[in-house]
This record gives sequence, structure tokens and C-alpha cells, in this order.
Amino acid sequence: MESVDVINAFILLANFVIVPAISYGSQLAIAALGITIVYAVLRFSNFAHGDLMSFGTMTAILFTWLFQSLGITAGFLPTALLAIPFAIIITASFCLLIDRTVYRFYRKQKSHPVVFMIVSVGVMFILNAIVRFIIGPNDRTFFDGEKFLVRALDFKAYSGLAEGLTIKSTQVITVVVAIITMLVLFYFLQRTKMGKAMRAYSNNEDLALLSGINPDRVVMITWLIVGTLATIAGVLYGLDKSFKPFTYFQLLLPMFAAAIVGGIGNPIGAVVGGYIIAFSEIMLTYAYKKFFIYLLPQSLEPSGLTQFLSTDYKFAVSFIILVIVLIVRPTGIFKGKTI
Amino acid sequence: MIDKYRAPLAFLTMALLLIIVGFGQSWSVALGIFNLCIISAIMAMGVNIQWGYAGLFNAGVMGFTALGGLTAVLVSHQPIYKAWVNAGSGILLSAFIFFLSILAIYFVNKKIEKGWYRRIIILVIIILVLLGLNIFYSPSVSIIESIDPAKSGFLGGLGLPIIISWFVAAFVAGSLAWVIGKITLGLRSDYLAIATLGISEIVIAVLKHEEWLSRGVKNVTGLDRPVPYEIELQESDWFINMIESLNSTKLQAIQILSERQDVLNKLVIDGSSIFVKLCYAGLFLSVLLIIFFLSYLALNSPWGRMLRAIRDNEDAASAMGKNIVAQHLQIFIIGSAIIGIAGAMLTTLDGQFTPGSYQPLRFTFIIWVMVIVGGSGNNLGSIFGGFFIWFMWIEAEPLSIAFIGMLTNELDYNSPIRMHLIASAPHLRLFIMGTILLLALRFMPQGVIPEKVAKE
Repeated sequence: MESVDVINAFILLANFVIVPAISYGSQLAIAALGITIVYAVLRFSNFAHGDLMSFGTMTAILFTWLFQSLGITAGFLPTALLAIPFAIIITASFCLLIDRTVYRFYRKQKSHPVVFMIVSVGVMFILNAIVRFIIGPNDRTFFDGEKFLVRALDFKAYSGLAEGLTIKSTQVITVVVAIITMLVLFYFLQRTKMGKAMRAYSNNEDLALLSGINPDRVVMITWLIVGTLATIAGVLYGLDKSFKPFTYFQLLLPMFAAAIVGGIGNPIGAVVGGYIIAFSEIMLTYAYKKFFIYLLPQSLEPSGLTQFLSTDYKFAVSFIILVIVLIVRPTGIFKGKTI
Repeated sequence: MIDKYRAPLAFLTMALLLIIVGFGQSWSVALGIFNLCIISAIMAMGVNIQWGYAGLFNAGVMGFTALGGLTAVLVSHQPIYKAWVNAGSGILLSAFIFFLSILAIYFVNKKIEKGWYRRIIILVIIILVLLGLNIFYSPSVSIIESIDPAKSGFLGGLGLPIIISWFVAAFVAGSLAWVIGKITLGLRSDYLAIATLGISEIVIAVLKHEEWLSRGVKNVTGLDRPVPYEIELQESDWFINMIESLNSTKLQAIQILSERQDVLNKLVIDGSSIFVKLCYAGLFLSVLLIIFFLSYLALNSPWGRMLRAIRDNEDAASAMGKNIVAQHLQIFIIGSAIIGIAGAMLTTLDGQFTPGSYQPLRFTFIIWVMVIVGGSGNNLGSIFGGFFIWFMWIEAEPLSIAFIGMLTNELDYNSPIRMHLIASAPHLRLFIMGTILLLALRFMPQGVIPEKVAKE
């Protein structure tokens, strides 16, 4: 075994596992943050979050089309980045509208969290219908601009290695946008007066009310944040892969798994959980055959694909991790608001 | 006073709606809706037993339904002997290894103290099992899937009458519920919802991709039928005579003999389809009534009172010495078993098994709308909810298309906006369902037929 083989094996892993997992993990982290914040402040599991993401993405796509038809582009960046702020405004206002017309009634009544969960199913139906009605149930790509930051061929020519490394620009955009979003969010939660009020409200509602925190304002800010996070996560996922309403619904499971693994209600936990779920999903469904061919002597080379699970079962990975966490440590890695 | 007449009024309205469809569209359509209404009602009863009597949120109804469907295939389909001879031993061996490993993990968990030592042993067992499955399982699967892939390509079933599968389905779905319940019950109620949501996606993924078991997306068609075929009826004398005597006045009025024969033929064809649907309706209705009656008995027994006590005040019930987690597990298994039965019945009615057709909105969340609208905690309410919501689900599509058509009447016939709206109209029924659910939760949280508060 030569040292070149080791480098090749590493590049192979980076190309097919590490880079995709980091970008998918960032998307999941932002999405799980939305779920965990609803859970922490409003105290229910929001089944409509996946469809809220698809609503936000849909508005972003509509704005992208508008800008494209007006001839406005972002140069080498996707036009959708320009559309994000506008989509956020619409999605966040829509969240406020839903809260005003639907959730507020149950909050005043102090309904049981399960009732909220069923209410969110109703919201899910309506969001789903709106998205399908406006943009249809089909797969759509809305990416434009420069597609690759590092191309496999260029990388090979530059480094002289047998394995190429591809970095899509969407992956870099995802990571950059996700980091900015998280920094802003954590700054808001930790340093600003409103953020502290939100945390206080989430920790102990009655005590927060006694200290003069306005609950309606906390709830309003929460929905604005949730709408923003859902839109960003949805657009990033859609840019990286593609936009299909049903896929966004199916993201519910990995998103919830991420939030629960990290400790539901805990923002840092949601971020860590997002990366854990993404890395395990991609690592367990990747076929390591070529990787081992580089590293092992010829006599030990694997005959099969050496894949733990077929990619068809990627949902099973989040589920298995979820189950392990529920059995071993139901509160999640960072203790969330549980039991 | 009004409360007393709610149930009869609700069912009378439902019957009227179906009769309107019968006269307006056709009796065959009305009976088709009726049959699916019954299946929906059974599913809703299963969910209601979990939600209304124990407050458990099952978001994986689709998974149990699909598992019931698979059971119908595995019980009724003819065995593919060639596949069994060539690769049956490999599959059986893998199954044996799998169960052995579960037993081993169970015993390790019981006998060895908690700690890193135990976790490492469990990890070793899992890795050994994965290696063992790699040796036996994968080759057998490829052998099975290569045998006559266009027609079979799977192991087939037991070749028993399909009705037996309804009982087996209860057992299979109940077993899955036991596993999920063991893990998630006793934790937060949300966790059950998310775990069931996950397991239902996994069940569908397995059915779609494990072709040796279910033929996957290639579908299994031409399943055994518990009722006669239309063609057989059309050729049998007793059926033709029956149709003739039923329509004797109408036929007598026609003078020309050949014309009379034509009318009779048409009546026989229509009649055969209605007769088959009536047979199904009879079968399904008896299942519905049996389950309804049994749950009525169970829920009015001391056991049922205990369940309600647990639901209404867990702390008080557990202070009385009731084991809440164990009772929840029981009720979760029973409810899921009922959903499994409904799943097997659905596949029986379709005569085919199509894993690709299982959609969470259609098979999980609609059932929830049924339970909430009908009245949680009341089985009669769930039955009504099952009927009404299924009816709405079917009839909402033509209604929304008509509605959109009316709205866009003013627009130019070929304008792109009109074309888009017309094409998207069917999605409006999701909107209708969501609105019904939200309105019911807000203004009628008890449902159409509320639970009777027992005064004993």
C-alpha cells in the first residue's frame, strides 16, 4: 500500500461522504432548529414544518422566476439567493396568519400538546394543498449560476491523483448561509433582550409573565424565526437537490430525529443532531468497496459493495438512530425539555 | 334532547348522500364508495381505540395498513415452488439467524449488567449477524428475483383463502405495534407519533424494495377473491334468471325479442358488477359489526372503565395501582391489529397489492380527520367519520373541478391561468380536508357524535 492510495481513499471519502454530509447536515440543522424552537416556546411537535419548508421554497421559486423574467440575476450565484429575503417575508407573515387564525385559540385554552399536534396536521393539509395547487406536485430544479466550485477533472489535473473531488457551489452556499444563519440566531437568543425573553418564556412561562414579558410578542417573534428558518432550510435543500413537495414532507422524520437526538427544545442540540443524522445516513448507505480497494491488500479486497444499508433505506437510518437514542438516552445528547 | 338523535340523524344523512350518488351517478359507483367507506370506518375505529380511549397519537396508520396488505398477498398467493426449492433454505436460514440474534440480544440485555461491556457484546452480535446475512441472504434474494421475474420473481404465498389473511393481518400488525410500543410508550406522547411516522415510511420502503417478499413496485395482481367473478355470474343461469325476474315488468314492455335480449344482457352485466360489490359489502359489513360489537363489550367492561380512567387522569389511575404503560401497550396493539385487518380487506377488495400507492396523506392523516370529525372516544362516531370523510374525499375531486370550472368561466378557454387552475383542481381536496379538520377541532371538538359520558 502506497501513501498515494491513502490520499486517494481519503479524497474518495471526502467526495462521496464528507462533503455531501456536511451540506445535507447544515440543511437538516437549520430545519431541525425550526422544529426545536416551536417545541421549546410553543410546546408542541409541529408536523407542518416540512410543508412550511416547501411553502417557503415555493415562494422563493416564484420570486426566482420573477427575477429571471425581469433579467435580474446574481451573477455566478443562484438567483434564488436574491429571492430568499422576499420569500422569508411572505412565509413569516403566513406563519403569523396561521398562528392568529389557528393556533392562538388553542393557546388561550391551554390545550394539551397532542391537540396542537393534531391541529398542525390540519395546517399541514392546507399548506400541502396550497403548494400543490400553485406549483404542482412535480420535481423542479430552480438552480442557476455557476454549478461547480471544484470540478473532478480540474482537481485530478491539478493534484495528479486518480480520484477527483467535486464541490458543488450549492454545497458551499449551503454551508456559508447555514453558518451565518446559526450565528445570527444564537446571537439573537443569547445576547438580545428579546432572545432572552424567549428563553425565559420557554423555560418557565408563568415566571416570564410575572417579569413582564409580553407573551404575544414572544410568540410572534417565534413564528417569524420559524418561518425564516423553514424558508432558508427549504431553499438550501431545494438548490442542492431539487424541489418536490412530497420529499419535503418526508424530511419530517430526519428533522425530528435530528431534534430529538440533540435534545428536543435545545437549539445547539438541533444543530449537532442535524449533522449526526446526515453523517450516519450517508455513511451507512455509502458503498465502501472502492475505498477498501485503495486501503486493503489485494487478498483482502471485499467482493460485495460493502454497504451497510441500501440507499432505499435511508429513512431507516434516522429511525434507527432515533430508536437508539430513545432507548439509551431519551433526553437526547444535550438535555432537552423532555419527560 | 338533540344529542339523542345525533347518531341516527348523522347516519341517515350519510345514507341519503349515498342514495343521491346512486341515482345521480350510478349504483355501482355508490356501492364502490360504500365498500371503501366501511374499510375506512374500520381503520378509523382502530385509530379511535388508540386515540379516543388511550390518547395515543399513531402517525403510522399507513404502515399497518400496508402490512395488512402484504399479509393478504402472503396468505393467499400461490407459492412459487421453484423459488422455494432453489432459495427457500437461504431465506429461512437468514430468518432463523435474525430471530436468534434478537433472542441473543434480549438475553445479553437481561443477564449482563448495564455498562460498556454489554454494549460491546451487543455490537459484536449485530456485526456477526450482518456478516451471516451477507452469506445467506443476499445470494438467495438474487436467485429468487431472477426466477421468472416478469411473472413472479418472489416467493409467493401460502395459497390459502384470502379471508384467512384478515385474521393473520391482525396478528402481524399487532406484532409490529408491540415492538414500537415497547420502545416508545412511557416516553413523551410525541415520541410515539414520530416513531410510528418513521416505521410506516420504513414498512413502505421495505415493501417497495424487497422484491423477493412483495414483488416491490412490480405489484402483485390477480389475488384470490372471496366472492364470485363478474364473468362467472354473467354465464351462470341462476344469475340471469334472477336478473330477468327482478326486471320482468321492464322486459315484458319490450315487444321485439332481440331488443329484449340486448336489454337483458346489459342488465346482467350491470347487475353482475353490483352483485359482486354487494357480496363484498356483506362481508365487510359483518367484519365492521363484529369489531364494533366486540369493542362495545370490551369498553363497557371493567377493563374499558379502567382505560377511560387512565386516559382522564393518569396520575390517579396509577395511584390506584394500574400499570399505565402496560395498558397503553395493550391498547396500541389492539388498535393497530384492527388497522391491519382493514389493510388486508383493502387489498382483498382491490385484488392487487401496489406498494407504490401507499401515501401518508391518504392512509394516515385522512384517517385522523375521520376520527376527529366523527367524535373521538366514540366508535359510532368513528364509523360515521369514516363514511363521511371518505365520501367527501371521493366526491371532493369532481366538486372542486366543477368549482374551479365555474370560477374560470369568464376566462378565455385557452388562457394559461385557466389551464393551470383546472389541472390543479384535484389538489383542492387536500385543502377541503384540512379545513374540515381545523373547523371540527375548533367548533366541534367533541365531533359529530360525541362520546357518551357514562354515569354509573
